[in-house]
Amino acid sequence: MSGNMNITLKVWRQNKASDKGRFETYAIPNVSEDMSFLEMFDILNEQLIIEGKDPVAFDHDCREGICGMCSMFINGRPHGPLKGVTTCQLHMRSFKNGDTIVVEPWRAKAFPVIKDLVVDRSAFDRIIAAGGYISVNTGNAQDANSLPVAKENADHAFFAAACIGCGACVAACKNASAMLFTSAKISQLALLPQGAPERNTRALNMVAQHDAEGFGSCTNTGACEAECPKGISLSNIARMNREYLGAALMS
Amino acid sequence: MNWLSKLFNSSIGQKLLVALTGLFLCTFLIVHLSGNFQLFKNDNGMAFNLYTVFMTTNPFIKTVSYVLYASILFHAFKGIHLAIKNRSARPVAYATVDGKANSHWTSRSMGVLGTIILVFIVVHMGDFWYEYKFGHIPYIRYTQNMVTGELTSTPLVGMDGQPLTINKKMEEFVDGDNKIIIVKDLYAEVKEEFTNPLLVLIYLISMAAIGFHLFHGFQSGFQTIGVNHPKYTPILKSLSLWLFGIIIPLAFASMPLYFYFL
Ligand code: SF4
Ligand code: FES
Repeated sequence: MSGNMNITLKVWRQNKASDKGRFETYAIPNVSEDMSFLEMFDILNEQLIIEGKDPVAFDHDCREGICGMCSMFINGRPHGPLKGVTTCQLHMRSFKNGDTIVVEPWRAKAFPVIKDLVVDRSAFDRIIAAGGYISVNTGNAQDANSLPVAKENADHAFFAAACIGCGACVAACKNASAMLFTSAKISQLALLPQGAPERNTRALNMVAQHDAEGFGSCTNTGACEAECPKGISLSNIARMNREYLGAALMS
Repeated sequence: MNWLSKLFNSSIGQKLLVALTGLFLCTFLIVHLSGNFQLFKNDNGMAFNLYTVFMTTNPFIKTVSYVLYASILFHAFKGIHLAIKNRSARPVAYATVDGKANSHWTSRSMGVLGTIILVFIVVHMGDFWYEYKFGHIPYIRYTQNMVTGELTSTPLVGMDGQPLTINKKMEEFVDGDNKIIIVKDLYAEVKEEFTNPLLVLIYLISMAAIGFHLFHGFQSGFQTIGVNHPKYTPILKSLSLWLFGIIIPLAFASMPLYFYFL
């Protein structure tokens, strides 16, 4: 696939976490507007390999907007200029011929750079491990109607469960806060009867882990909600605050 | 008590305290504004000066005012502390950030706006609160005829024309048909202060800062305490914009302007 766009990329290069890092500028000729942003990076990397240079390390997996791996901070915004998409769903038609595009990794103390654009997001895994689960006894599956769930609650739990753990909320937030992520993971269980038994410890432990990882605290700027590829709502953060304060004061 | 220290050392617990003190300060603004409207009364400051005596002597109001001072200090310094802590959550800054694409500038500038307001509060309290309590505010004598209602006022001066003071905030007695009130004339002080264009400018800038700070802060405080509801959040947001962002700051700003152009 080739086209007629000429793109200049300013890409963050960093060999390892302790490295200082720097921007490198690359010219990419013949970019097609039908290419995805990641395909353009594939072309850049082929170019670099042919030249005997180190290709740019970047995360990706599904390339269809469901895994959350493709973390790139593009021209000052996570996942680039479009709303509601991940980097793999961004296409070069969103840019103009001759554009210079700045690409950086997610930047947060809790997301240390591993190499180039790849950051370590295992802090999210540890927040989940602190309480983002339910205990289910093994055995036969229950009858589906034995646990009635209000339609509205089911809907909101599903909306919260749409979070793919990409970290764009942290990347966009001026405080590098992971409260949108944490609140989505608390909400998806708090709204359902299956989540009730561990409700209090879940809120307490997940928020404590969030803080311990070095994420900042939310100042309600709303940048996370605006940049989240899955449209996770700020109302989840208010729910998390209620869950946490309720658990801290009443349990 | 371990649970208490855990709560108030957690990010949400600290935000809760900032939100609660902030919302308390919002209610104070409304009280402060409604009291100050007496500045516009055409009585050479009698109502305003009497109100000032009430506000500085009533035991309930005095207690609330200590809570208020503590809240201002807590809100300001906890806010600054959290802003510094939040900044350290991103040790390496982005080369390019397109903040306006995803958030309003006021929400990203609460620290700066709050600092302007803190400086203003120091100036403002030095101008009036300190002057009233420890400075040399002249006294004024109001004479009101209880039959005709006619009101006259003269500065309280001695034979030599020098200002006289009494050793309390006010004195009230009846002399024939006349009710006489002698009271500290903070009104004259207000009038005098706002002839200074620089001071008026400082007040106007500060009121703008308060408007921008509260446009984000008021509704944000509710979100922090967990109030987010499809029915009520839009109401809180429009109160944030219209009442706290525009009407209250404009009403406060009208006072220095009124005296400057008087
Ligand atoms: S809340 Fe949205 S932006 Fe944050 S991790 Fe989940 S999907 Fe990504
Ligand atoms: S690569 Fe899976 S969401 Fe982009």
